[in-house]
Amino acid sequence: MNARAVAVRAGVGRGWAEFRQRATSFGDLVGELWPWIIALVVLYSLSGRTVLGSGVDVGLQGVPGVLGVSVVYTGLLGLSLVLINDQADGTLLRMKAVPNGMIGYLVGTVLGRAVLCVETALILLALSVYLFDDVQVNRPFTWFVLPCVLALGLLAILPLGVVLGAAFRSRASLGLVTLPVMGLLAISGVFYPLAELPLFLQGIAQLFPVYWLGLGLRWALLPSPAALAEVDGAWRHLEMVGVLGAWAVVGLVAAPVMLRRMARREPGSTVRPDAAGQG
Amino acid sequence: MAVASADPVVDVRGLRMSYGPNTVLRGVDVHVHRGEVLTLLGPNGAGKTTTVEILEGFRKPSAGEVRVLGVDPMTGDEAWRARVGVVLQSWRDHGRWRVAELLGHFARFYPPYRTPFAVDELLELVGLTDQAWSVVGKLSGGQRRRLDVAVGIVGRPEVLFLDEPTTGFDPEARQAFHDLVHRLADLDGTAILLTTHDMDEAEKLADRIVILVDGEVVADGSAPELTRRIASRDEVRYSLDGEFFVHATEDATGFVRELFKQHDKAIGDLEVRRASLEDVYMTMVREHEVRR
Repeated sequence: MNARAVAVRAGVGRGWAEFRQRATSFGDLVGELWPWIIALVVLYSLSGRTVLGSGVDVGLQGVPGVLGVSVVYTGLLGLSLVLINDQADGTLLRMKAVPNGMIGYLVGTVLGRAVLCVETALILLALSVYLFDDVQVNRPFTWFVLPCVLALGLLAILPLGVVLGAAFRSRASLGLVTLPVMGLLAISGVFYPLAELPLFLQGIAQLFPVYWLGLGLRWALLPSPAALAEVDGAWRHLEMVGVLGAWAVVGLVAAPVMLRRMARREPGSTVRPDAAGQG
Repeated sequence: MAVASADPVVDVRGLRMSYGPNTVLRGVDVHVHRGEVLTLLGPNGAGKTTTVEILEGFRKPSAGEVRVLGVDPMTGDEAWRARVGVVLQSWRDHGRWRVAELLGHFARFYPPYRTPFAVDELLELVGLTDQAWSVVGKLSGGQRRRLDVAVGIVGRPEVLFLDEPTTGFDPEARQAFHDLVHRLADLDGTAILLTTHDMDEAEKLADRIVILVDGEVVADGSAPELTRRIASRDEVRYSLDGEFFVHATEDATGFVRELFKQHDKAIGDLEVRRASLEDVYMTMVREHEVRR
């Protein structure tokens, strides 16, 4: 087997090991999940009223959005944080010292994150099914569309996480990005139907993957009348595939470039152990 | 792929490094041959880590000729990388992994190029067999450092760079580490370059010592050579009629002979201390600082 293939396989093992380390740690899992669990509970408390036009429960309407945000949060900000930490604590340098270590590192880190995203989403989905009667998990349509939407969403989001993580060297500078992302989450129709926001906000939100991932998840998980609450009153699934696909292409092109830049970056004085402290 | 033993495995000439206005290395020459242990000795800030990082290919030098296994580290490919072992200064990485799991993971990258150590054998070599399933983040400082060494040699490298490898070692671990270094150099012919600011360690480990002060090589030779090179001032301690004296001299034997000739039985508590490598080192560091 050629050396790169060997490194990819080692990376798959790495991803699995890192996922297992996180997934089997109760503290970590709670840390990843609690904001979304709270969000689901808040939605549950809103239950009982229906969305104007579609007749879908207000709480239920928001559920797929919470799942989508958890994926964006874990896959985009979470992944970029991992990359930044790995630059600071010497993980990256250690992998650079191994033949094809960067390949193994990248495969492992992204794969580990992807599995973590899926795990998070599934746990939240299970909780949603428990809390809300009408989450559509008993139909073949969902079994087919949900994995596709999740996969496409991850393809759009994970490479962007790599780009962000590679572009910055410290948590502090990543904060510059965290804020706009939070803003984006707020206007992306997650908690409130996009169709009822001002038009210019609708326009901005529809440029980014968050809204479309949410739309895809609503398409997969809500009863069909829920489409009436969407912009244009329909599931625009072709547009969804188009926008998410476009972001995936952008990310997949930019990520290797940024990664090479990150790999070439020299160990700076800020990552010296005497500055970083030992533990 | 064996390197002709005549060619040094590490060949550095006129290495210079500046960070902006700060010059860290001012024309350093270092050569290490197959099976040789070279210690880069110097006070903190002398440029030891920078030198090692350049040799590992992690840092681009400002000027100078650098060859490791015949290759410029900045252009070294993955096959070259597989022949180079690196023990970085201690980090906090991979804290969630288990010791054996992590070593097994690193070992998986090497088979296309060379046969890595089996994990069990490696654990035994560095004395971590009992910690095989411990979580890395919970190891003691010395155990952590031994793991660093294990990671560095997992691919049976032809050349091994170690940056202050014995930080946090207790005397027993230190001795075990010294045995390991000798084993790698003698049995496997590994060329080893390690940095330390511990004279004692340099003396015990190194075939050759390069003393680096403020980015310049101020001495290069075996420990006995270096000790001889400095006009050594030995120290004679004695008592005369119950009163204690200390005398520094370049000719201890002559001084003692004269002492007995004059005072004979009035002399007691005689003690002659030869200049140690530590004295040589301190002298060199001081001399260098005076010259600046």
